[in-house]
Amino acid sequence: MVAKNLDVRQDFPILDQKVNDEQLVYLDNAATAQRPTAVTDSLVHFYQTDNANVHRGVHTLAERATEDYENARRKVQKFINAAEPEEVIFTKGTTDGLNLVASTYGEANIQAGDEIVISIMEHHSNLIPWQQLAIKKHATLKYIGLTADGELDMADAAAKITDKTKIVAIAHASNVMGVINPLAELAKLAHQHGAIIVGDGAQAAPHVPVDVQALDVDFYAFSGHKMMGPTGIGALYGKRALLEAMPPYQYGGEMIDFVHQQDSTWAQLPYKFEAGTQNIAGAVGLGTAVDYLTSVGMTNVEAHEQAIVDYLLPKLVADPDLEVYGPHDPAKHTGVIAFNVKGIHPHDIATALDMEGVAVRAGHHCAQPLMTYLGLVATARASFYLYNTQQDADRLLVALAETKEFFNHGAVKA
Amino acid sequence: MGLSKLNSLYREVILDHADHPRHKHDLQTSTNTITLKNPTCGDVINLSIKLDDQDQIADIGFSGDGCTISQSSASMMTDAVMGKDKETALRMAKTFSDMVMGTEHPQADLDELGDAAILSSIMSFPARIKCATLAWWALQRALLEEDAPTDEEEA
Repeated sequence: MVAKNLDVRQDFPILDQKVNDEQLVYLDNAATAQRPTAVTDSLVHFYQTDNANVHRGVHTLAERATEDYENARRKVQKFINAAEPEEVIFTKGTTDGLNLVASTYGEANIQAGDEIVISIMEHHSNLIPWQQLAIKKHATLKYIGLTADGELDMADAAAKITDKTKIVAIAHASNVMGVINPLAELAKLAHQHGAIIVGDGAQAAPHVPVDVQALDVDFYAFSGHKMMGPTGIGALYGKRALLEAMPPYQYGGEMIDFVHQQDSTWAQLPYKFEAGTQNIAGAVGLGTAVDYLTSVGMTNVEAHEQAIVDYLLPKLVADPDLEVYGPHDPAKHTGVIAFNVKGIHPHDIATALDMEGVAVRAGHHCAQPLMTYLGLVATARASFYLYNTQQDADRLLVALAETKEFFNHGAVKA
Repeated sequence: MGLSKLNSLYREVILDHADHPRHKHDLQTSTNTITLKNPTCGDVINLSIKLDDQDQIADIGFSGDGCTISQSSASMMTDAVMGKDKETALRMAKTFSDMVMGTEHPQADLDELGDAAILSSIMSFPARIKCATLAWWALQRALLEEDAPTDEEEA
């Protein structure tokens, strides 16, 4: 299948540059995406036109800033189909959102002997908060393993999630294995055993349509910067009843109802969880990114990336010098492709590709337990987004071929 | 043609050290050992050193896993400091760190580094400087930590 381009590249001026004398091919989208002009413009517009602190002024700018901020919340709400805007809490990003759940819901509900179930493919941000909570509470942390082709082992999930399980926390999409996990099915399983389920949406929200009500997840965290919003902003979805029962995350301004000398009461949702002046411009920028993605259409984004995977993955898999992680069936693989080249360390691959203008990540991808599980130290990883093209995939293939030639024969012709 | 630039980093001598690393084994007996990790990439080096009565490096070996640059650098480092006294080895480690950060050094200091001096080319690849310095940091830490009470080196 030929990947039809979405005709959006002119919206991303950063892509129009040379790196090491070669036209840039940006394939590190799983780390962070690039921003369209609309998003950077919206930041400038906010600071130059509407900037004020929110919710606490009676003057006109304060009112405008508040409206911008709350509009952004409603955009995010619609984007993930949350039932109401109060269920969307602005955070610093996925890590912040997951830590919020672990240190509020987790702190209040996990007791000695309880079990928390995650998967072996989790990013450190959806692993360490649960690991530390388990240590603190003398609870048990259990890991769901993988099938032979690198998918989440649902039979193992059914065995690991028991009546002792209180929290299940799983990546919606993996940042290494390139799989979408069956979150709805896992939610059903968790709920059957009286557990709640937390979805790590960092690698899914930017790439596939997300409907938190259809998934029936209890919490869902994601980052703005991976979906073309600013850094330092993200959102946490939580079901209203759970959020209301939870203690606050941080204390300070904005999150209070009334403060007495010896005690305080908390603000309504979502402000109970938004202590201090928030990243207002970041929220506005995230709202613009949501508008941008919505105008392209998330199903189109998904289809576009799938077409690139359909084209590229079989070529990578067919190369005997390459080891490609995760399912080899393109239909089961997202635009996150981790791989190794026999005999060449991923760092050397990344440097060589960079010399060809192709930006990829190399390392453990903040998933050290997964690397150990797979018997690896590191991998290279190419990850695609809506502005990447089939030509980008071709550039990767050519650069990889030249990299192999270089390292296998010592040098290339100048 | 982008990859031709790689020739300046992956020089023949560097590739040779990476393909045929010297002293890549753990020592049976050692006086100073350390394991260092580069947390950004997962590279690991285990370094063991045997100092004799005169504080000279009588034997040195390393094991671990890493990229061409880190493996090659470890090989060149062990070659360079073998037989040197502790003070000289520490001075060489400092010279190396300075060199890859672009600080000027007298030619005599650079000559002392042997093959390792060729890694000055890493300066053009800032993302890889840590790969080159890992082995030298390990050397420094191993030599300084064992006898911290009588530590007389500059920080």
